[in-house]
Formats: sequence, C-alpha cells, structure tokens
Amino acid sequence: DRGPPSPSPGDTSVLAGLYGPVEVKGSKELPDRAALEVLLRPKVGLPGVMERSREQLLRRTCETVVLGVLHPRTAITLVLQVLSDAGSLLSCCLNAACMGLLDAGLPLASLFCGITCALDPHGAIILDPTTRQEQDARAVLTFAIDSAERKVLTATTRGSCSVEEMQQCLVAAQRAADTIFQFYRDSVRRKYSKS
Amino acid sequence: GSITTADGSALVKLGNTTVICGVKAELAAPSVDSANKGYIVPNVELPSLCSTRFRSGPPGEEAQAASQFIADVIENSRIIAKEDLCIANGKLAWVLYCDIICLDCDGNVLDASAFALLAALKNVQLPSVTINEETGLSEVNFKQKNPLIIRNHPVATSFAIFDDTLLIVDPTAEEEDLATGTVTVVTDDEGRLCSVHKPGGSPLTGAKLQDCITRAVTRHKEVKKLIDKVIKSIKPK
Repeated sequence: DRGPPSPSPGDTSVLAGLYGPVEVKGSKELPDRAALEVLLRPKVGLPGVMERSREQLLRRTCETVVLGVLHPRTAITLVLQVLSDAGSLLSCCLNAACMGLLDAGLPLASLFCGITCALDPHGAIILDPTTRQEQDARAVLTFAIDSAERKVLTATTRGSCSVEEMQQCLVAAQRAADTIFQFYRDSVRRKYSKS
Repeated sequence: GSITTADGSALVKLGNTTVICGVKAELAAPSVDSANKGYIVPNVELPSLCSTRFRSGPPGEEAQAASQFIADVIENSRIIAKEDLCIANGKLAWVLYCDIICLDCDGNVLDASAFALLAALKNVQLPSVTINEETGLSEVNFKQKNPLIIRNHPVATSFAIFDDTLLIVDPTAEEEDLATGTVTVVTDDEGRLCSVHKPGGSPLTGAKLQDCITRAVTRHKEVKKLIDKVIKSIKPK
C-alpha cells in the first residue's frame, strides 16, 4: 500500500508516502467513503497556516479523483515531505501526490498533474519557474489538470493578472500536461517491466 | 464602525452568513529587510458558535485555509501599500491586526470575510504619529485622525459547482455540503484577477471558468457601489 516516488522538476523535490486504505479511528470515519488526509511537511520548521491551506487544496484535489466510495469506513493518508524547494513547489506536490496514488494502486477516476506558470513583467509565460523567476513575476498561477479531458481540477494564483493572461496560461498548462502524463505512463511502464 | 473600541470595523451579512471584522492598529519597528513597510496581519476565526461543524479549541483546517486566503487577497490586490503604513523609515511603522470572526456560518464565509475586511479597512481612522526630534520618542495625537489610503477594492465571488454543469453563486451551507466543488474568483477595480481559488472539486473547462470570471467582474461593480454607499452614510464622529 505504500508508494514513495519523488518527481523533481529542476531541483525541487518532494517525497510522497501513501498509506491506505487502512482502518480509521473514531470520529474521522465516513460511512460511505474513504477519509482522505494529507500532511505536508515543510523542509524547515513546523507546518504553519500556508501548509494547512495547501493540505486542504491537495486533499480536495485527491478526493475528486480517488474513488473513495469503493473503500468506505477506511482512511487514506498521504504524507508529503519537501526535500528541496527551487520553485514550483505546489505543482511538484501535486505531481508527487498523483504518482503516490498511482504507485499505491488506488482506484482513480482520472490522473492529474500540477503545472506552475509565471507571468514575467513583460507578459511572457514561463512554465515551471524557479524561485527567482517566481519572485520577479507579476503573477504565478498553479493549475492541476486532469488527464481525462484536460479540465481544470484545481487553480490557485498569486499576484494579479488580466483575464486574457490567465486564459493563455491555462492553455499553456493544458498543453504542458501532455508531457507530464507521458512521464507518468513511462514511469509506470518501467516499474512493471522490471519484475 | 460596529466595534467602538476598534480603529476600524465592519459587520457584513450575506444572506444568513454574518461576519464581523475589527481592525486594531499598533506601533512596531519595521523588519530589517523591509524598513519602509508596515504590517497587515489578518486572522479568520470560525468559532464553535457559528456552526455545529466547528469545535472549540485551536483553529481547524478551514479557519487556517480562510486566513491564508485573506492574507493572499491582501497581498495580491495590494489593497493597502505597506509603504503607507510606515511612519519613520527603519524606526516606526503601523501594524494592522485584522480579526475576522464569523458569527453565523451559512456558507460562503470567504466572500463575506473579504467584504468585511474591505469595509473595515475603509472605516479605519489612524491617529497621526510624529517622532519628537529631541527625545526620539513617538507622540500620538488622538485628536487628529486620518483614514487609510485604500488603493484597490478586491471583491470575492464564490461559486458552488455541481458535477461541472451547474454553478451557483453565493452558496448557502446546505448548497456547499451538497456541491461537488467550489471556486472563488477575486477581482479588483480594473477588472484584473487577483485570485482564482479552486481547491480541488469537480473539474471545470476553461470556458466554464471564464463564465465564472465574467460574472465575478459584474458582481464587483455592484458590491463596490454598495460599500461606497454605506461608507458615505456613516456620520463622522
């Protein structure tokens, strides 16, 4: 039931550990579906409000794709440990989460991938920006795109941008999603061809 | 404002959802790396009195996520330039503690919190502070008060998603429970996007998202008119 993959765009890396479906204690039990929990541990320091907010985002994203109704009254815990952060951390967490779910063999409605777009001061779109590029950018948008119809599963933005710019970033993200889904496919193929 | 002991406050009712925001200003030394900036510290509380969903004790996940959302709205929209809060470079600056407390949670707490924050900040009257050249101490003049310079008016619009076909604006608690997802769009005066907050939930196409944004821009105009009307109607003390 455990999946420890860690995808890393550039030097950002996140380790994902997935536990479940296992028995759940008392109040957290949901009668009709699995109770999903996400724990995000920053590299340094204790988890704060930002981590809680991201945990909620990751949890709701995973809840949409995981077929929790197949495992009622169980708990699925996803632990993400940030190993290094060189930019695009949230999308790395999203990718790690999806690969963790894949590796653990949980039933999923679709896959998802995380992509970060930064709008630099000139208006150009940079995909998977580094920390430096994120700081200098006018706006940083992170999307989780689903694999079935390339729809937007999750979106979160920092900074302000025009509506047209957001749509352009979304289109760029949807195109880039193809590369990431191909990577998932290749990783899984490699894992199962070893035996 | 609604809270007489606060420097600025506002009470917002969106349907049954009631949120109150109190702003308290204190003086502090600015941090070393931004010596010309003050601080704005938002905190959203969802106490157990507002809904049976919340237990008393340390803030739960929803309260923390809401606090982070409000902090992001302040940061992204530049509602107040932190430079305006600085009194003396490197020595003294204002800290605005914005406490947002939900009194009755009937859904859509994020929108109500954002409105309450905006209205409270518009209501703030800061006493003028001068630094005495000889003693180096600050002197606060409570008789002379100035309002804050609000540079932007961000307005949040939330939608409840039902299986990617139906979108309901400003959902009640019952609608939120049954919804398969939510999306919150924050727009500013110029029609720019300050935030698109969609934490998971049913996937949406780009076109549906565009639909939400268009409605959010329309709603922004209505809300801004309402806030301006209310602020004008407050008799100055």
